[in-house]
Amino acid sequence: MSRLPKLPRGLSVASVLRNAALIALAAVTLAPFVWMVATSLKAPDEILTRDFHLWPHRFWAAENYASAFAAVPLGRYLLNGVVVTATILALQLLIAVPAAFALSKSEFRGRRLLFGAVLFGLLVPYHAIAVPLFVGLHALGLLDTYAALVTPFAISVFGIFLMRQFFQGIPGELVDAARMDGMSELAIVWRVMVPAAGPAISAFAIFSVVAHWNDYFWPLVAVSSDTLFTPPLGVVAFRNDDAGTSYGPLMAAATVIVLPLVAAFLLAQRRFLEGIAFAGFK
Amino acid sequence: MTEMSRSAALPRQPVETERVRRPHEERAAWRLVAPAAMLIILILALPMAAVVALSLTDYQLGAEAWRFVGAANYADLAADPVFWRSIVNTVVYVVEVVAGSTALGLATALMLQGSSILAPVWRTVFFLPVMASLIAMAIVWEFMLHPTFGLVNGMLGLVGIAPVNWLQNSATALPALAVIGIWQQFGFAMVLFLAGLSGIPQALYDAAEMDGAPSAWSRFRLVTWPLLAPVTLFVVVISTIRSFQVFDTVHALTKGGPNKATEVLLYTMYAEGFEFFRTGRAAAIAVLFVAAMLVLTLTKVVVVEKRIHLK
Repeated sequence: MSRLPKLPRGLSVASVLRNAALIALAAVTLAPFVWMVATSLKAPDEILTRDFHLWPHRFWAAENYASAFAAVPLGRYLLNGVVVTATILALQLLIAVPAAFALSKSEFRGRRLLFGAVLFGLLVPYHAIAVPLFVGLHALGLLDTYAALVTPFAISVFGIFLMRQFFQGIPGELVDAARMDGMSELAIVWRVMVPAAGPAISAFAIFSVVAHWNDYFWPLVAVSSDTLFTPPLGVVAFRNDDAGTSYGPLMAAATVIVLPLVAAFLLAQRRFLEGIAFAGFK
Repeated sequence: MTEMSRSAALPRQPVETERVRRPHEERAAWRLVAPAAMLIILILALPMAAVVALSLTDYQLGAEAWRFVGAANYADLAADPVFWRSIVNTVVYVVEVVAGSTALGLATALMLQGSSILAPVWRTVFFLPVMASLIAMAIVWEFMLHPTFGLVNGMLGLVGIAPVNWLQNSATALPALAVIGIWQQFGFAMVLFLAGLSGIPQALYDAAEMDGAPSAWSRFRLVTWPLLAPVTLFVVVISTIRSFQVFDTVHALTKGGPNKATEVLLYTMYAEGFEFFRTGRAAAIAVLFVAAMLVLTLTKVVVVEKRIHLK
């Protein structure tokens, strides 16, 4: 490449080629998003045609989005999604943070055993224990409830592992000083450790919310009444409906479901990249 | 990001100096871990034991009676051509997605490395599919792959390629799902590669250039590729684990069809367990699934160790 004639910096042949490749790849990457939004703005006769154009001739957004919300209780699905992901995250933090603190800063019998169990738990994808969880919830009569959506995820061994790693980096003297001051262990967890663990907590929160907002497998197994559907179940139910071939409203529904996380991602990219990259270590 | 991921990736920390256990401290610690310990037993350990136990029975959900059948479920699976088809499809899908997303992730990371002020914009664009609800985007892909009104056939028509019914043709259905998988995953590989690239000292490139490695390709071959090898291995293992769990696109778009062309392991387990309610058989598939994941994850642990030692 360097044998080629020198052009002004930033205009070399290599950089032109590189940018062309990036633009092409970006176009393919964004195509489904762009096409989804564009279709959600078009009238039916502009969708079921082979005359492909991006921008609608007739603006049909109001009709499409209104009929998406009318055909299925889309608002309800979104609310379910918020309730389920928020409950899961709250339970996970409430249970994982104190345990991670004790694993990191206290000496007690069974500590190694517990940490071993956490490490082993990291190896097991929840899909593998879906069958017994389903049988168990069935026996308890809890299938098809909010509890069924939340219970299997109340404990996050990944959360415990991550928080423990973070707490390991916090000096023990800080904890000892708080203990001398007569603070209870629980008070130390919430008033000393948690404020110091902001980055780890936010990374874990993002990881958890993204995983559970987008989860399809477990809600599919756990619930059958559409009042309990989470957004992924909702959009599939809509597709399977008679309305499934009316692509305008369907793409409107997909847009509505994809939008919250994409918007959050665009607003807080760095945190999201950290949070999601953690998923790889699960 | 590198800092955080490295600390998260460290599997072990040096053992703290043994401290004296004080009884009241021990009780307090137990109170803190009790909820977690109980839930680990109830939601992880018991189900794990149950899945192994169930796989040795002929239990069917809702059935009154069940009996111990030993390894019969495993023997049945071994004799079932659909199950073998499912394994082969899973492996083919995993190989395609891992190769595609790793190559594309590496290429993108290399193009972004040292590039202009636009790098963060590109990064955001390529990472977007990782974030978006896969199931919603799968439905968008289904529409784009529509035989008559789909954008994909429309574009291919411009260059004279006849329309294909991608998801209903047994030759194209699995590759089409693999393309969706690559589209969704390569941004994730890119982020890991970018982190790896940022750890390679510029001095090494300068040295390579002085030692007579003038072209970008020779610098890549002599410096980037060998130093990135542990990260590459890591990305391959992680992508393997992720694509091994393919389910959403199969369930939403093809239901394992046409003619079992997209029957994959997790989908087979789902159908056995939750559609036909052959619980014992589904449990046996789950056990095999966990075994495969264990092998993959242990490989990952080994890779992580190696990566840390090299740094």
